[in-house]
Amino acid sequence: MNTATIKTKINTAQPTSVEQAEKESVYSTRQLNLWYGNNHALKNIDLEIGENEVTAIIGPSGCGKSTYLKTLNRMVELVPSVKTSGEIQYRGRNIFESSYGVEELRTRVGMVFQKPNPFPKSIYDNIAYGPRIHGIKNKKILDEIVEKSLRGAAIWDEVKDRLNENAYGISGGQQQRICIARTLAIEPDVILMDEPTSALDPISTLKIEELVQELKEQYSIIIVTHNMQQAARISDKTAFFLNGEVIEYDRTDAIFSNPADKRTEDYISGRFG
Amino acid sequence: MRTSVQELIAKSKDKKSKKIIEKLIPVLLFLIASVSVLTTIGIVLTLIIETVTFFTRVPLSEFILGTTWLPFANSGAQFGIWPLIVGTLKITGIAIVVAVPIGISAAIYLSEYASDNVRRVVKPILEVLAGVPTIVYGFFALTFVTPVLQSFFPDIKIFNAISPGIVVGIMIIPMIASLSEDAMSSVPKSIRDGALAMGSTKFEVAWKITVPAALSGIIASVVLGLSRAIGETMIVSLAAGSTPKFDGDFTGSIQTMTAYIVQVSKGDAGYGTTIYYSIYAVGFTLFLFTMAMNILAGYMSKRFREEY
Repeated sequence: MNTATIKTKINTAQPTSVEQAEKESVYSTRQLNLWYGNNHALKNIDLEIGENEVTAIIGPSGCGKSTYLKTLNRMVELVPSVKTSGEIQYRGRNIFESSYGVEELRTRVGMVFQKPNPFPKSIYDNIAYGPRIHGIKNKKILDEIVEKSLRGAAIWDEVKDRLNENAYGISGGQQQRICIARTLAIEPDVILMDEPTSALDPISTLKIEELVQELKEQYSIIIVTHNMQQAARISDKTAFFLNGEVIEYDRTDAIFSNPADKRTEDYISGRFG
Repeated sequence: MRTSVQELIAKSKDKKSKKIIEKLIPVLLFLIASVSVLTTIGIVLTLIIETVTFFTRVPLSEFILGTTWLPFANSGAQFGIWPLIVGTLKITGIAIVVAVPIGISAAIYLSEYASDNVRRVVKPILEVLAGVPTIVYGFFALTFVTPVLQSFFPDIKIFNAISPGIVVGIMIIPMIASLSEDAMSSVPKSIRDGALAMGSTKFEVAWKITVPAALSGIIASVVLGLSRAIGETMIVSLAAGSTPKFDGDFTGSIQTMTAYIVQVSKGDAGYGTTIYYSIYAVGFTLFLFTMAMNILAGYMSKRFREEY
């Protein structure tokens, strides 16, 4: 890949975000360390993640970027033998506090996974699942939520006539937008995306990227991606992870046009990774 | 002198014996496989022929409509199958009421909550439990469960439907638990993660995601358990008594189809008598029931399959 082409892309695609002032932090990570057994996977992470921004996390495989994302909603704790130290403040409260229920956190922080993982239910039931488990039973309200969420994920027109069909009967790209709609249905504050387009074709990828741009108006989005052009196209800020450390974290245009660290430059210019 | 490998291969290919073996093997395997198929066909044919003989002596209408089973009466013996069917249904009904909630709860615990270590210990134990000889369960029903029940409900007789029903239920729990656990464990982890990431509790994931996704396997396990309960012989022969009854009483002696066959086979009737032929008719009825269950299991598992 060529750094120069990326630069021009950023300048045309992201003209406004450059001038934007510092926004309030949604997440502040301080001195976060994480171990899988004896494997020290995250080392002294310090990151501030801004409101209504798209934050991209890039880095080679095994650098800890997915681990960090899963730590933000504590999904990482599903792996046995995980240990953490340090703290992550979400809206001013440490998510590792013993009184902080994971269900409460995950109701505020939605997640979209690498491979589309709709529930083996109808499209309607997929979207209504979240509201239902959180106690919304009124059919009229559920209908409204389902339509609004599907519209929000830009898939309403494609599935409105087949809401009662199994969600596995549609294409992978549509399934992934169903998963995004499912997340939107409980109106979270933050959406975490773990390489949401890596299993999709280019057209579906483009649709999801456009969607991320729209969702940014209302949600704070943190996206892990392998694809550096994608990070350059859609994010406001970019964090570069390497071997469990944050090497560089800055505005996306700064990272791609003028990386401060040699390793960042090597990575984004395709010299390794 | 050294010949090339290709030449050696060509030489060995020419050997006659190798060719003959290649041709013989499938024939041999086919014959061996045929033995089991032919045996099954033979059994079904015997069953049908003897059943037809039975119906030359007793009208079919009496058999399928009659509600009195009195084969040993000196004069006016009656062969209405319903008392035996009712006996079988009583045992099966109690067994299912016992086994389904316990078996499925155990499966949910094992697949959703238990740590790998617990699962590694508990699953083999369940499978051992499935291998306990049924005669042991029969004794357990007669000498332990019945007295315990009697100490709470003095009305219960020594031979009754409740105690063997419960024990047949206990017998099929491991089967339902183990097969349901297999079905639930094969639901992809990614789907569970999706539900957890929306703020679901573990129980919500188990009950609203995993169980519905595994429903076809769970139903199949229940129907298989059902067909084992219907065919169960030893426990009911020992603990349920031998009184064919067409009523709703569970506390006294009853008789199931299987127990009747045992009773007659033990030597209460001579070869060639109507009673002798009646066991084939009852056996054939039993065969129809279990076959219906297996077809039902196949249908249910298709009907409730959630694609993933």
